[in-house]
Amino acid sequence: MIDKLVASPAAALADVPDGATVLIGGFGNAGMPAALIDALIAQGARDLTIVNNNAGNADSGLAALIAAKRVRRILCSFPRQTDSWHFDRAWRAGQLELELVPQGTLAERIRAGGAGIGAFYTPTAFGTRLAEGKETRRIGSRDYVLEYPIRGDYALIRADRADRWGNLTYRKTARNFAPIMAQAARCTVAQVRETVALGEIDPEHVVTPGIFVQRVVRMDA
Amino acid sequence: MRKLDRKQIAARVARDIPEGAVVNLGIGLPTLVAGQIPPGREVVIHSENGVLGLGPRPAPGSEDEDLIDAGKNPATVLPGASYFHHADSFAMIRGGHIDICVLGAFQVSVAGDIANWHTGEADAIPAVGGAMDLAAGAKQVFVTMEHLTKQGESKIVQRCTYPLTGLRCVTRIYTDLAVIDVRPEGLQLVEIVAEGLAFEELQRLTGVPLRLRAAA
Repeated sequence: MIDKLVASPAAALADVPDGATVLIGGFGNAGMPAALIDALIAQGARDLTIVNNNAGNADSGLAALIAAKRVRRILCSFPRQTDSWHFDRAWRAGQLELELVPQGTLAERIRAGGAGIGAFYTPTAFGTRLAEGKETRRIGSRDYVLEYPIRGDYALIRADRADRWGNLTYRKTARNFAPIMAQAARCTVAQVRETVALGEIDPEHVVTPGIFVQRVVRMDA
Repeated sequence: MRKLDRKQIAARVARDIPEGAVVNLGIGLPTLVAGQIPPGREVVIHSENGVLGLGPRPAPGSEDEDLIDAGKNPATVLPGASYFHHADSFAMIRGGHIDICVLGAFQVSVAGDIANWHTGEADAIPAVGGAMDLAAGAKQVFVTMEHLTKQGESKIVQRCTYPLTGLRCVTRIYTDLAVIDVRPEGLQLVEIVAEGLAFEELQRLTGVPLRLRAAA
């Protein structure tokens, strides 16, 4: 029987090695898989490459992971927040490498990673400093920048409902990066509000098919 | 001379957003545009974190942490709204499906280049978000900003000195002094909005050439 339900966040992340690339869903706190990030902090893996839209808020979640000096490199579009002090300090101290990526390019690189695309041309950022050193090409009457896919060893995402096959639904804007990150990682771990019996999620309503999800952890909130 | 305040600039932008338009509003002054859309005009607001049909802010106490706007503020949705993931959201933007985006800016050049994401200071924490995607992809890019810096320098310039967000993409500029179109032949004054401001004075403050009337 296929059963992707794992007993705890700790059990779901026990095998994350040092140096892993971890895609973390969420836009601000919406869709942020807080319990999984806490488990990653407790687990101890270091030299991580993190992909998230932001670089942590206040003192918990991704900010706590950065504060614990476990992140070597971060790819994100918007690190600067009024409460991003852990990122700010680490970046200014040179302890953390930042690759700043326009939000849509970040999303498309992740999508490409999950879809088996080798690279793609995008008009975003052409002529700006975020395209410096990158291959460009004129196609028709527009200029484009070559961008490469992002793939993760792990994706940590939050969803609303799951069944034991790993089919997922989301809630409102908490969806954000989760469906594409689930596709782009070798091992996707979904923190969900509830698990339901197989067949209870209408196939028409499945947003992320279970093929993209390896582990499901139910949060009793 | 009486300059427009932020709300008045937002209202002036809102006047130009037609019935049925799909609009993305940047953080700050552009966000105010939503509240200034004339009653009865149906406009769909896109929020790049994954909503079409964004509504007003919720009443205190009825916030939902799973429903926020691109500025990470609590939000609501209107009947007809939809949710989608980030790759779809930016396909809407980059794919030319957004009719108008309204962005703030540090500077706009006569060619329609925009600088709005980085002050250029080495120690500044950089953050770009969706600005470059919106600049590259929206059918029309409206910019709202004060006409002059605190030092009295024009933010409409021959060439941007701040790091660029996008090239040749701005179509219209709304300031506290004037509405100006960016056209291939140069900047075209649409309307002076500051009370008691003569064209000659606007031209002097702006520095770069403005056309008073459309070229025949």
